[in-house]
Amino acid sequence: MNIQTRPLADLSVALDPQVNPPGAVEPVTTAAVIAPRLLSPGLAISLAFLFVLLLAAAFPRAFTQFDPLIGDYALGLKPPSWKHLFGTDRLGRDVFARTIHGTRYSLLIGLGGMAISLAFGIVLGILAGQRNRFLDEATSRVFDVLSSFPGVLLAMLVVTFLGQGMLNIAIAVGIAGIPKFGRVIRAQTQLVRDADYVTHAVVYGLGRWQIFIRHVLPNVLVAVPVIATVYIGNTILAVSGLSFLGLGPQPPTPEWGVMLAESRDVLRVAWWPGVFPGLAITLTVIAFTLVGNAIQKRFEGRLA
Amino acid sequence: MWSRIISRLLTSLVVAWASVTAAFLALHALPGRIQDILAGDLEYPGLREAIAAEWGLDRSLPAQYLDFLLRILQGDFGTSYVLRQPVTEVVGSQLMPTVQLALLGGILAVIIAIALALLTAGRGRISRQIASFLELVFASTPVFWLGILLLMAFSFTLRWFPVSGASGWQSIVLPSLTLALPTAGLLAQVLREAMEKTLDQPFVTTVRSRGVGELVIRARHVLRHALLPAVTLGGWLIGGLLGGAVITEKVFGRPGLGTVTLGAVLTHDVPVVLAVVLLAAFIHVAASTLLDILYLLIDPRLRAQ
Repeated sequence: MNIQTRPLADLSVALDPQVNPPGAVEPVTTAAVIAPRLLSPGLAISLAFLFVLLLAAAFPRAFTQFDPLIGDYALGLKPPSWKHLFGTDRLGRDVFARTIHGTRYSLLIGLGGMAISLAFGIVLGILAGQRNRFLDEATSRVFDVLSSFPGVLLAMLVVTFLGQGMLNIAIAVGIAGIPKFGRVIRAQTQLVRDADYVTHAVVYGLGRWQIFIRHVLPNVLVAVPVIATVYIGNTILAVSGLSFLGLGPQPPTPEWGVMLAESRDVLRVAWWPGVFPGLAITLTVIAFTLVGNAIQKRFEGRLA
Repeated sequence: MWSRIISRLLTSLVVAWASVTAAFLALHALPGRIQDILAGDLEYPGLREAIAAEWGLDRSLPAQYLDFLLRILQGDFGTSYVLRQPVTEVVGSQLMPTVQLALLGGILAVIIAIALALLTAGRGRISRQIASFLELVFASTPVFWLGILLLMAFSFTLRWFPVSGASGWQSIVLPSLTLALPTAGLLAQVLREAMEKTLDQPFVTTVRSRGVGELVIRARHVLRHALLPAVTLGGWLIGGLLGGAVITEKVFGRPGLGTVTLGAVLTHDVPVVLAVVLLAAFIHVAASTLLDILYLLIDPRLRAQ
């Protein structure tokens, strides 16, 4: 599991070379910019998948009639059928219903962790991005120290201190993610700081705070949705790993990592409880990565 | 160049020292008495007093801090009160299987990534699309799920490899593959992109004009350049491997640091978890320092600056 800085390749482009052929003239209207990208099949499927995921998180009962927690022992470990699309688990619970209901947990914990990383990352990153050398050195060393701990292990330390639970693994993953966001925000702040419009504002005679609030801050924050989309997949991966270890939500919670941990005992006789929740995690991460990369591509070069 | 190496070493020492300090501060910043935090889930008369004596809790904070630093410098991570053993013994006895797994996983990851990059960088559209799709899938798959899938395919269905345990070479094949694939996916992404950039450089045309074969150009000339950006990922890679090893061990029921750490987390055995985390941080810092220095030695352009 990798919570740490993840190299980003422009996969959306690699997967679809129609997007942005070299030397293409930039289309002028917004619609013209968006339209060809929506045609990219990978991106379109990803967006559709994420939309369904959000629906499943908000209204899980609209997707399935079965209860995620109550099963029929007599119907334990039935293979996938039309009635039970993903089969049933050891306790006769519908795996499809559990996977659908699990969406909410995975997304919520992932978003929660991300919010923590972002909040600290933004504040520290902006501090580091100021012209003050000492502030920059100090904050950057904080990032170095935080990222010198492997993400999973740092998260495990946090859980040792705080105890198991959903909120606590969100905090754990959130802390581990701070340096990653902090460094991006620092770079962005430096870019904005040196931009022409800030110089103009200084020449114009605006005060330091006025420049910061009205010109620097908004332009730094523009980057946040981009970084957030690119990294949310990683956060979800990290969270699922901790839940798999039993550090997050506890059984019978239908969380994807927890479900996979439970499936470990029945693998010998049944493949379905160990396949579908994992597929859900992987597809979610792929979808977020593709969308994130597409957004990043669109913002490239105009962030500052 | 020497000044650069020395300053790099100093920075690493500062980071290592800061991580120990952070651990100390975290202990003291937590609500509750240190005795209670260190005791874990344990409760018996005289325990709190023994902990207070061992950690010198009656002394001033700076004295405690200095003592903490000195002890860690001597490789003494204290006592696990839950296991009633020195932490060094607990961790030391389980270190080897994890190091083996992480090393093997790392080597496999590098081999797979280099093979993917060598074969697909700058080739036709279809092979590149396939490669980048594979990389995306590998990088997005949770380590433990990959382990579960491999177990189902190769242990339960085909019966090629044992299901769990750590005896014989067969038992390490699936865990190391599990650990390697996600890392290989990320590494291959970076490597391929770097190779594609390098392939456009004039010196490649020069080499090609000398009649050197395509594979030799890639393996001998382009790869060396492309490895440089990948080397910067080295530290991150090692951290990821150590963390991944903990999870992989759980999937395959392998003995090692993972089992020890997980048990310690669940019984709130703070000294053990702290030792594992600090150890991992030291390994991470040492490895990335070494790689950065290697980077200086490999690339003459950096030396000149």
